[in-house]
Amino acid sequence: MSTTSTPAVAGWFTTGDEPRLVASRCTACGTLVFPPPPPEAASFCRNPDCDGEQHEPAELSRLGRVWSYTDAQYQPPAPYVPTTDPFEPFALAAVELPEGLVVLGQVAAGYGVADLAVGAEVELVVETLYEDESGARTTWRWKPVVELGEEADQ
Amino acid sequence: MSKQVAVAGVGMHPWGKGGRPFVEYGVHAARAALADSGIAWRDVDFVVGGETVRNGYAGYVAGSTFASALGWNGARIATSYAACATGAQALDTARARILAGLSEVALVVGADTTPKGFLAPNAGERWTDPDWLRFRLLGMTNPAYFALYARRRMDLYGATSEDFAQVKVKNARHGLENPYARYRKEVAVADVLGSAIVSDPLHLLDICATSDGAAAVVLTSLEYAQRAGIADPVRVEAISTVTPTFPNTVIDMPLLATDHAAGGPPERTFKEALALAAYEEAGIAPDDVDVAEVYDLSTALELDWIEDLGLCKRGEAEVLLRAGDTTLGGRIPVNPSGGLACFGEAVPAQALAQVCELTWQLRGQATGRQVEGARVGITANQGLFGHGSSVLLAR
Ligand SMILES: [Zn+2]
Repeated sequence: MSTTSTPAVAGWFTTGDEPRLVASRCTACGTLVFPPPPPEAASFCRNPDCDGEQHEPAELSRLGRVWSYTDAQYQPPAPYVPTTDPFEPFALAAVELPEGLVVLGQVAAGYGVADLAVGAEVELVVETLYEDESGARTTWRWKPVVELGEEADQ
Repeated sequence: MSKQVAVAGVGMHPWGKGGRPFVEYGVHAARAALADSGIAWRDVDFVVGGETVRNGYAGYVAGSTFASALGWNGARIATSYAACATGAQALDTARARILAGLSEVALVVGADTTPKGFLAPNAGERWTDPDWLRFRLLGMTNPAYFALYARRRMDLYGATSEDFAQVKVKNARHGLENPYARYRKEVAVADVLGSAIVSDPLHLLDICATSDGAAAVVLTSLEYAQRAGIADPVRVEAISTVTPTFPNTVIDMPLLATDHAAGGPPERTFKEALALAAYEEAGIAPDDVDVAEVYDLSTALELDWIEDLGLCKRGEAEVLLRAGDTTLGGRIPVNPSGGLACFGEAVPAQALAQVCELTWQLRGQATGRQVEGARVGITANQGLFGHGSSVLLAR
């Protein structure tokens, strides 16, 4: 990863060897929200029985299970930023985390729908989404966790 | 006190891609509905327009736009926007004034002129708007959400691409004789499976198009209908526009994540709750339903709705489909109009078009697609941001 790579959106995930999504957690009842509201924004708790307004960052599990998955075989319209010409399809997954949220994400480069199944384990990685004048802009993606030995069979 | 109102008249403009101003379509449908009711425009005391968000200011004030185009008659006006449920929310607004005794005759109109291709967000950089972010960060189109639901049906319930294609084949056949349908052509399973995959597992022909179109409904109090000589009208028995109950654990377009369900999933999903609220309001059970018009944005979604409406148990919609139960002549025909498969989606008109079709069905006027002896019909749809609706009609 180049030194100029920065998250495409600030505060939604950590980087490094073991990246994690960052939710906001209500300090009153513990309800998590992803994506987190901007730091300067008011945060009224989503739990209808809670009047909490204070929240703190909370890192989510790196591993989850696929709730469902699909791909984009046609180039999505703007503000999607295409990175190849012609367009290359990419996969998408909705992933259920142990905390009790399902979070959408693109699937890691090199993996497609054939590598996914409902209930399969995936881990969070950070990869380049597109490049702009500041360099590579990164995002979170879901990468299939392939059991040892399985990879050789494929 | 009666909680019912009468459907005095319904009317539509044929769906298509004519590119004419939405007002023309809307006025055409409104005049057709008024003619159907036999009630003069002068006698309408309340107009509710379904807002279109793609046609400038006139679309934002649709109630006013239609009232003005019909010729100012002094009626009160309102405009509703609730994504795909816009028409039902407009209908509910009209019903509420009538049931409160504040209005007697309401005209509800929805019309749209839509752009080609994927429905994309409005221009500009909006880093706090989930509808913008889902495209920027994920490239997540509407069909991609539909595909997530479709894939779950396959992995959890054993649905196949052939099942999804059979929904299209059925609806295409249903719509053949519908003069308001945009697509009136037989489709074979091989056509669907041979069309390009848009978002796996959904093919191009599994996904509904966007269309121009308009639908209008004239509602009156039961007393007014009686005075006007409208014998045995179709009645609105219930309109459900409930929102989700926290935590909403099924990922909804255009969001990037579900609510946090710390204590596990809730008792019922949002779509199940929409239908249940309609059944409870009407005191009608799923067993009583003769015909359903559901929002088949994708073929697979029709199967989801059949279960959400309680017409069979979870995971059994394919059994109904394969047995021909949801086909005209079957036990519980679904989308006799041809559904979105034959119409394409015209957002503010679509929920009203469902009511138009069920009205014709319950009157026995659905030539070429009639569900014999239908007395009770239900609609369902879901849109963005917690909007959705279910309307129960009976005669
Ligand atoms: Zn809270």
